[in-house]
Amino acid sequence: MSFDDWYRQDRLPHIYCAGCGNGTIINCTLAAVDQMGWTKEETVFVSGIGCSSRAPGYIVTDSLHTTHGRAIAFATGVKMANRDLNVVVFTGDGDLAAIGGNHFIHACRRNIDLTVVCMNNQIYGMTGGQGSPTTPKGCLSSTTPYGCVEAPFDLCELAIAAGANYVSRWTSYHVKELEKAVKVGLETPGFSFIEALVQCPTAFGRRNKFKQVADHVEYLRAHSLLKAKRDRMLEQGETVPDDMYVVGELARRNRPALGVKL
Amino acid sequence: MTRTEFWQGNTACAEGALAAGCRFFGGYPITPSTEVAEHMAAKLPKMNGVFIQMEDEIAGIASVIGASWTGMRAMTATSGPGFSLMMENIGYAAMTETPCVIVNVQRGGPSTGQPTMAAQGDMMQCRFGSHGDYSIIALCPASVQEMYELTAKAFNLADRFRVPVFLMADEVIGHMREKITIPDTVEQVPRRELVKGTLPFKPESNLVPGFPQFGKGFGVHVTGLTHDERGYPCATNPKLHANLVQRLVDKVELSRHDIADYDVINPDAEQVFIAYGAPVRTVQQVIHDDQDQDAGLLRLRIVWPFPENALKEFKNARRFLVPEMNLGQVAREIERHAKVPVISLPKLGGELHTPSELKAALEAGG
Repeated sequence: MSFDDWYRQDRLPHIYCAGCGNGTIINCTLAAVDQMGWTKEETVFVSGIGCSSRAPGYIVTDSLHTTHGRAIAFATGVKMANRDLNVVVFTGDGDLAAIGGNHFIHACRRNIDLTVVCMNNQIYGMTGGQGSPTTPKGCLSSTTPYGCVEAPFDLCELAIAAGANYVSRWTSYHVKELEKAVKVGLETPGFSFIEALVQCPTAFGRRNKFKQVADHVEYLRAHSLLKAKRDRMLEQGETVPDDMYVVGELARRNRPALGVKL
Repeated sequence: MTRTEFWQGNTACAEGALAAGCRFFGGYPITPSTEVAEHMAAKLPKMNGVFIQMEDEIAGIASVIGASWTGMRAMTATSGPGFSLMMENIGYAAMTETPCVIVNVQRGGPSTGQPTMAAQGDMMQCRFGSHGDYSIIALCPASVQEMYELTAKAFNLADRFRVPVFLMADEVIGHMREKITIPDTVEQVPRRELVKGTLPFKPESNLVPGFPQFGKGFGVHVTGLTHDERGYPCATNPKLHANLVQRLVDKVELSRHDIADYDVINPDAEQVFIAYGAPVRTVQQVIHDDQDQDAGLLRLRIVWPFPENALKEFKNARRFLVPEMNLGQVAREIERHAKVPVISLPKLGGELHTPSELKAALEAGG
């Protein structure tokens, strides 16, 4: 088996734009799921609304494509009702952090045994490029035509503060690292949150001076700062530039979890 | 052996659900429905069931729908403000044909309104509250006994028609205590499973598809988008959308006379009350006091889908009198079907109609 065996072939081709980063994240997630040795019968994918949330529709398992922001609440019902199911949630920055923010922090607090993979493209892609809670300050979108003036959420810090057992951040550049992180997330009892920064050439890159998809991926690589390095910088009293994304394993702990297989 | 208890309506509701095999409750506390959640919180963990208090009512109904896809009988309970929050996912349940039971112990609205007073102001919201066309089933208990029986019945209807089913109670019935007889067993009609090899959203002859439970290898994709019989999104095909929505409505509406549940009292009467929920109690008192038996009663246990054939049971009816704890929400539905004048007798404020108010309405039509 490989990640490819988990795709629902009769649903392809997918809706994602040329150059979209979501496919990379879905591949990494399915590769990790495949390495777990899970069967298709015992695995369920759940999502909300947005580009990222279309992913479960391309996967052969049982899947629930729900309402905007509510994926984690639906997934909580699935998992609590049948703990033998492995439940993975696909979401995006708008789905998770705007309309679904409350469900997100409460699932972290409950530390319920779900793995949530967030494709953070820092924009509302499906509706044509509106600003999201993770749009960086100054960036252009159709609803921030003079530059975003609001501060973005740090989704991982939010998950850590709210109590998730496992939290990790990578980008669509870091394929191997991401795959490994998802696998650790799947293995860890309790709430696992993996954020993957992705390029969205159609809605974000086009407005924000990324002429080529590769330029944006290179930007994500160049602006990634390994957690270990960030920690060293802080130790030495250096300032961490605020346009850097701290990547790596950001939290791994063993708080009591809810809904774990008996 | 049946046994007798002296219970509050909300307790009876929770016990009726447990007797019907409900093993999942997801919800959020709200007056005057909270005792349902509290009772489930006490009982479910001892019965291999799941109680989870969610962060809001949106999440409450979402968790119920998720649980239902694992094959569990699942419910939530709320009141007006929470009911408003649930509307989004109630539409999702209708579109995805997810069986679930939603209890609404109605209080005075709009908005926060009267948390501790009774009303029937959500009757139209339960029928039409979420966007788009769909159909649901709504039951209205008028006693503690019916809080038990109709809750149990709601689960069978939800599984049979694969729709959200509403128990539209009110604060009076929810908080009233009276004698209740608990039966030995409660009939449980299980969900019909999808026949392997059949498309997951292909309806059977009753317009309802078999249920592909999660975890059984069906590999079903469930989406709130317009979908074809495979369950795949197909949101820009006009004919497919029209057929799907028409079926979601028809599977309930074409069975409305089969679903109907009502009592006909004094079928020869010229003046006929039509009532559901708490106002039934006042009408029963008026009829009891009325030595000449001038007044009849059509007492609805199921309001939606509306059983219009029931009106024909009263051959001599000159007027229908409809006491409701709202400004005439169901009276207008009756007007659509009745051949004789329909007199709405609305009462707001949270108190029941008094017998003298209803007697005055009878005398006015003398």
